[in-house]
Amino acid sequence: MSKHSRLLLVALAIIVIAGLIIIPMNFNRYGLYILSQWAVMTIAAMGLNLTLGYAGQVSLAQGAFVGIGAYGAAILTTHGWPLISALGLVIVICFIVGWLLGYPALRVQHHYLAFVTLAFSTLMFLVFRNESWLTNGIYGISNIPRPEIFGFPTRKPLPFYYLCLGSLGLVTLAMWWLIRSPWGRAFMALRENPIRAQSLGIDTRRYTLMAFAIGSALGGIAGVLYAPLTQYVDPVPFNLQLSLDLLMMVIVGGSGFMLGPFLGAMIAVLLPEWLRFAEGYYLMLYAAAVIALLIYSPSGILGILDRYLSSRRTQAASALRAAAQSKLEAAR
Amino acid sequence: MRSIILAGLCSAALLTGAAYAQSGAPIKIADVAELSGGGATVGNNWKNGIDLAVEEINAKGGILGRKIEVSHADSQSNPGVARAQVQKALDGEPYVLLGPGYSGSVKVTAPLAAEAGITQIMGGEAAELTQAGNKFLFRTSFGQQSSMPKVAKYINDELKAKSVAVVWVNNDFGRGGRDVITKEFNRLGIKVAADLSTEAGQADFAADVSKIKAAAPDAVFIYVNEEESARILKEIKRQGVTAPLIGETTLVGQKVIELAGDAANGARGHVGLTTDAPVEAVKAFRDRFVKKYNYVPDHNGLKGYLAIYMVKATTEKMGKVDSKAFADTLHGLTIKTSAEPNILMDVTFDQNGDIDRQGFLVEVVEGKQVVKQVLPKLN
Amino acid sequence: MSNLLDLIVAGLATGAIYALVAVGFTLLWQTSQTINFAQGEFVMLPAFLMLAVMHLGAPFWLAVLVGIALSALLLGLAFKMLLVDPMLRHGVLPLAIATMALAIGIKEVVKQFFSAEASPFPSIVPVGDVSILGRAISLQSLGVLAVAILAVVGLTTLLNRTSLGHQMQAAAQNPTVARIIGVPVERMILLTFLINAVLVALASVLITPIYLAKFSSGEVLGQAAFIAAIVGGFNQVRGAIAGGLLIGVVDNLAAAYVSTQYRAAVPMLLLILMILFRPQGLLGRAEERTV
Repeated sequence: MSKHSRLLLVALAIIVIAGLIIIPMNFNRYGLYILSQWAVMTIAAMGLNLTLGYAGQVSLAQGAFVGIGAYGAAILTTHGWPLISALGLVIVICFIVGWLLGYPALRVQHHYLAFVTLAFSTLMFLVFRNESWLTNGIYGISNIPRPEIFGFPTRKPLPFYYLCLGSLGLVTLAMWWLIRSPWGRAFMALRENPIRAQSLGIDTRRYTLMAFAIGSALGGIAGVLYAPLTQYVDPVPFNLQLSLDLLMMVIVGGSGFMLGPFLGAMIAVLLPEWLRFAEGYYLMLYAAAVIALLIYSPSGILGILDRYLSSRRTQAASALRAAAQSKLEAAR
Repeated sequence: MRSIILAGLCSAALLTGAAYAQSGAPIKIADVAELSGGGATVGNNWKNGIDLAVEEINAKGGILGRKIEVSHADSQSNPGVARAQVQKALDGEPYVLLGPGYSGSVKVTAPLAAEAGITQIMGGEAAELTQAGNKFLFRTSFGQQSSMPKVAKYINDELKAKSVAVVWVNNDFGRGGRDVITKEFNRLGIKVAADLSTEAGQADFAADVSKIKAAAPDAVFIYVNEEESARILKEIKRQGVTAPLIGETTLVGQKVIELAGDAANGARGHVGLTTDAPVEAVKAFRDRFVKKYNYVPDHNGLKGYLAIYMVKATTEKMGKVDSKAFADTLHGLTIKTSAEPNILMDVTFDQNGDIDRQGFLVEVVEGKQVVKQVLPKLN
Repeated sequence: MSNLLDLIVAGLATGAIYALVAVGFTLLWQTSQTINFAQGEFVMLPAFLMLAVMHLGAPFWLAVLVGIALSALLLGLAFKMLLVDPMLRHGVLPLAIATMALAIGIKEVVKQFFSAEASPFPSIVPVGDVSILGRAISLQSLGVLAVAILAVVGLTTLLNRTSLGHQMQAAAQNPTVARIIGVPVERMILLTFLINAVLVALASVLITPIYLAKFSSGEVLGQAAFIAAIVGGFNQVRGAIAGGLLIGVVDNLAAAYVSTQYRAAVPMLLLILMILFRPQGLLGRAEERTV
């Protein structure tokens, strides 16, 4: 990428971030709630994007990890724990569970991890629903408090939105660093060609598990924010459907692109809201839009951009070649 | 801080009051319901009931000369989405909020409506909803805390059963009913011989019925949705269980009879709100509903219909469209069919927003619902 | 003991339903690596098409025939041309996600244009029970089982014994080579989609009287069939029968002897064990590790 376009990108990023901070200031409560939901789902989708997009492992358990996070936060904060310590515990739990769940993926490849994680999702839903002593079963946990951050209460919609946005910012920075680190390169080597990665001395076992465990922990973080956002947690939102929705966010946004989950979560969370003018038909329109998008670009929204950029690059290169050619001929 | 919020609410109230005062402008009512997802049947019945009532009222000139305008929003049967949609509805400052039907979604949205001072008329039946001291929440049907004791009393007094098998669907509806009735059984000294949870959408009840058979109870209490009721009734007949079968609206409704055929014969239950009630006004409602939508509604259709007539009766009682005074007026209000025929049956609301109305004990006899006993209104 | 037998027989009856839905699932996977998350909705939709035709005044048999034809057109031809073709070469996942969206779309269309209510559906098999080994079994279940077994036997014979079947398999396993040796790959893949469409329409006719015509009935069916297909062996049509019947029986035994609250968990544990110890499924072939 040229220096010029990089500058352009940085400027664009700053404008978007400033926009996300300033514009919602005069949003109503509904708008802030939806935007907070978008931020939370983006975090969960980023985790899955690491597992799937960078390390190439299909997981259908991300929704279950969001559920573990949400229940962890709900149970602990209603028992008087601060949210931050609930977060710490949830990250550790999700990381360990993710690590253990990744083991079957090592025995067999490809869609089998999807199947194991599918089973895990169903099991977790049953645990959330049936273990009433812990989760209050189907009645769910209500009155989940919103935290105080450095003494600032986040009970109102705007401060809580900033909490979600700030968390999203931190997670994004961490992810950006991770992907550029040797680990990130190892993950990608794993996706592109596991055997070659192994022959280059990458411990494929460890990195596969690591990618899956980190991705799961991010799901947990999203859940920890989800609980105080809705202030009510029950088992139904964390059934298999959420995992499938998150998978959709990653694919539709553009799997393996850093910004994919942001756009994917926009499609999944914001698009249905924009389509609500169609009333009874809004979900139909939504389904049609997703299908049309995937037919047009199976590699997601960023796939379109990627194609556009690379075709422009080829054009630019051939233009350069042509110019050089004519110069050469002129010189001859 | 609190006073600022209060001041804000008051000024908002003044502003909206001013807006309402311009008569002729339609009265805005917001409905948030389960229009897709697991509760879609519930939500769409509720919505159709509302639309029918609104159409009728508007055709006769509206409430106090003003037309009603209802907006419907889909909660996707998900409490998180329900919260967003209720928030959106409240941001639009409706006169009254209707829905949702799922108890979980009611729990997450009721504090929002209460904070905004908007009355919420909902379809949830879980006992605890009206026991949290919320002054803005109203039911449209019996809560489980008032329907289940009647069933337990019937099992104890009439059937003289000493042990009962309880079959329930494992969602907030079934679990809620099961918890309340189990408590009643304990109080009456009736043993729960088998406690069987089933899944929504379950097709095969062989295992559950064989457990009932093994437990050999004096009676079976069945609390699952209509379609599953029909399936379990068939399986009970197939396995030859002869104990009396007791349930609620969802066991003895017309739809169950249609689906289960002669396997439904002998099933008994308490029915609070049903289109099969032996009340002329209800039968007339049913005919109007079928004419418009081409199917027979379940009790959720009735609930939605009644919600709108609750709004009408309360508003006419106040003599003005005043969202602030609405909840206070509805508390303790008795709406009589003599004054508002389309409330269908005399009804009284208590200070918790719970409902008092007559109920029925019915039995299915040769494919027909027969009322065995009318349980009168308490007050 | 007789109780156990009862449970097994009832489980087999339910399992036959799963099996019938799962057959098409495995067929699509085997011949075009398509994971169809809308398979349950594919079974739900034809019943509504048939109800619509009957609503126009057509007799039941005609409605069934029209329904099968419409199903072949919509769920076979249109599905393949409009959705699968543009996406197939981009790997399994985008297509799987698109079928998920398709499932939402089909459910919403049915809910919006027909009804959110469950409607009864006429049974093509006489309603009633027969007594086998002293146990009452519904004729409908026997019908489902018979059609499921016929479908599998028919498909297996077609795939393994006929030259058409060999061409289909070649087209599925290595399209490039198949093309070189003169197999009309496109036509072969289209054929499998048409077969699936007819199968789901048949399944719809047989299953809907038991499950009722309801927009959401595909969710339960689709998921059960998906798991049945994995347990049986994703890449073998006959695995679907074994998987379906096994899931049906295990579900009942789990409810009777383990816990009704966790009945759905037992098939899942079975699935995990299966993957750990026999990843190719009950009757499946080991798949080459494609790296």
